[in-house]
Amino acid sequence: MSKRIDVKNLDIFYGDFQAVKDVSMVIEPKSVTAFIGPSGCGKSTFIRTLNRMHEVIPGARVEGEVLIDGQNLYGRGVDPVDVRRQVGMVFQRPNPFPTMSIRDNVLAGVKLNSKRMSGKAADELAERALRGANLWNEVKDRLDKPGSGLSGGQQQRLCIARAIAVQPEVILMDEPCSALDPISTLAIEDLINELKSDYTVVIVTHNMQQAARVSDRTGFFNLEATGQPGQLVEFDDTQKIFNNPSQKATEDYISGRFG
Amino acid sequence: MTAPPDEPRGDHDPTATSGSVATRPPDSPGTTRPKARATRRPGDVVFSGLSLASGLIILLILVLVAVFLIQQGWPAFTADSEEISGGEGFFGYIWPLVAGTVVASIIAMVVATPIAVGIALFVSHYAPRRIGVVIGFVVDLLAAVPSVVFGMWGLQTFAPQFVPLFGWLEDTLSFLPFFEDGSATGRTLMTASLVLAVMILPIITSVSREVFLQTPRLHEEAALALGATKWEMIRTAVIPFGTPGVIGGVMLGLGRALGETMAVTLILSPGAFTWNIIGSGNNTIPAEIALNFPEASGLRLAELIAAGLVLFVITLIVNLFARWIVAKRSEFSGAN
Ligand SMILES: Nc1ncnc2c1ncn2[C@@H]1O[C@H](COP(=O)(O)OP(=O)(O)OP(=O)(O)O)[C@@H](O)[C@H]1O
Ligand SMILES: [Mg+2]
Repeated sequence: MSKRIDVKNLDIFYGDFQAVKDVSMVIEPKSVTAFIGPSGCGKSTFIRTLNRMHEVIPGARVEGEVLIDGQNLYGRGVDPVDVRRQVGMVFQRPNPFPTMSIRDNVLAGVKLNSKRMSGKAADELAERALRGANLWNEVKDRLDKPGSGLSGGQQQRLCIARAIAVQPEVILMDEPCSALDPISTLAIEDLINELKSDYTVVIVTHNMQQAARVSDRTGFFNLEATGQPGQLVEFDDTQKIFNNPSQKATEDYISGRFG
Repeated sequence: MTAPPDEPRGDHDPTATSGSVATRPPDSPGTTRPKARATRRPGDVVFSGLSLASGLIILLILVLVAVFLIQQGWPAFTADSEEISGGEGFFGYIWPLVAGTVVASIIAMVVATPIAVGIALFVSHYAPRRIGVVIGFVVDLLAAVPSVVFGMWGLQTFAPQFVPLFGWLEDTLSFLPFFEDGSATGRTLMTASLVLAVMILPIITSVSREVFLQTPRLHEEAALALGATKWEMIRTAVIPFGTPGVIGGVMLGLGRALGETMAVTLILSPGAFTWNIIGSGNNTIPAEIALNFPEASGLRLAELIAAGLVLFVITLIVNLFARWIVAKRSEFSGAN
């Protein structure tokens, strides 16, 4: 259910502007990988290339390879739709479909993937996904109410439930807690720890403690100067990055001495 | 808006300065209110006054129109049956016109809506930006064609073209009551309805295009990230988001079709109501009024004004219905 991601010499562009330069890394299955770095260094841009969401922006393109269990996502004849079914994504701002009920939100992806499903199987799947996202107890009595009526933290967990309902191999999360209060944030961090046993999780965060708490490995992105492309400066075990980084820039950033 | 001095809650002396507020007991409920009032900016006052005034004017015009229609049309409701045209009372006179109006408008709506939504989706989500802009512009130009031009075109070009089509419909679908005797001139309710469809196409298209373009990126990306194809993304994110707006556009179009006069008057060769929409016959309320109003007097005039009242009521009902549909869905609109 979870797969290894192998990124090789990835360059990422918005039209003529190169946003990220020459990233190579290996993300192990059933682990949590965190990306940190200053604003604008290309963390969101990079994570969106892992499920080919980057290219939905007009003019955006990628050079290099991203291999998931050996298969190049950007190879000839690979359908981005299939990639996105394997690699789920949770966005910075919770985005449940406003016109759908909670239950339909959870099942939205499944309904795309497998056209028909009995009512009972759908109910079971919705319950499993909502339990998986630690949301079941809060919403089990109002599954038919609109998803937009939930609190921000609940909406974000609903989006996680929607992502895991399709049973992807990998789950990408771009600052999933940045719009949330500390309690909801903790709920989602706990959830990430549980998801690790089944999925490969990649998360972008601005919160260094969060990266330290949830991740096994951490990547530090940085810009050499404004207008320059972002780069992966250091990628190592989280322990090592936070206690004994090998790069000066990393140390400056995590200790807050960042100019 | 200012509280009178004896108002129970506003227990302050109107001449007191704001500094005196501080000397009052802190739990006095009235102390905070004058302060809030003092922050009203002149711009706010002017603007709220203006919008209130324009709202009242619209309401006043509406009431005046209704009063005119009821007052002038009243004799038609109270007159003896034999005195009304057709000799079967006002109801007997009006229902074929209502039926003709409603049938023509509904056909126009049913034909125009899918085409309009299709164009709007193409322009907003499929076409390259430049082509989309051009198509949008062309559709908007269609809205600038005067209805009398549509009427002439419908009569001269459209109607004769339809004669063979009507023949075919008659041959293949004659088991339906709608397609019996094909008209030889093509001046039928079907022709008028199709011209109406062309006329209401731009408004439905441009309203739909606007709402489709406003679909939040966030929702589109949510669908794409779940592995939706483009069409599935449109179905899960764009169409549900746009539906209330599309309904609004369709109702605007329907309102226009219901009230459209010139095109129908020119195209239709009026007659009694018949379900056979490809044969001659049928008439609509606006065409009936436009054809007969200049010569009408006395009770005939009252009849026509009463017919206008009926049209007014139908349009009102259509609008209320549209609002009801939109409101019914608003819980799911994402506005909360
Ligand atoms: N749609 C876009 N079109 C063009 N340039 C873009 C677009 N989105 C991002 N960029 C540029 O790409 C670079 C990286 O942006 P990105 O959003 O990936 O940064 P980030 O690391 O996620 O920042 P933050 O921490 O603030 O979210 C920035 O220079 C940004 O201006
Ligand atoms: Mg970002």
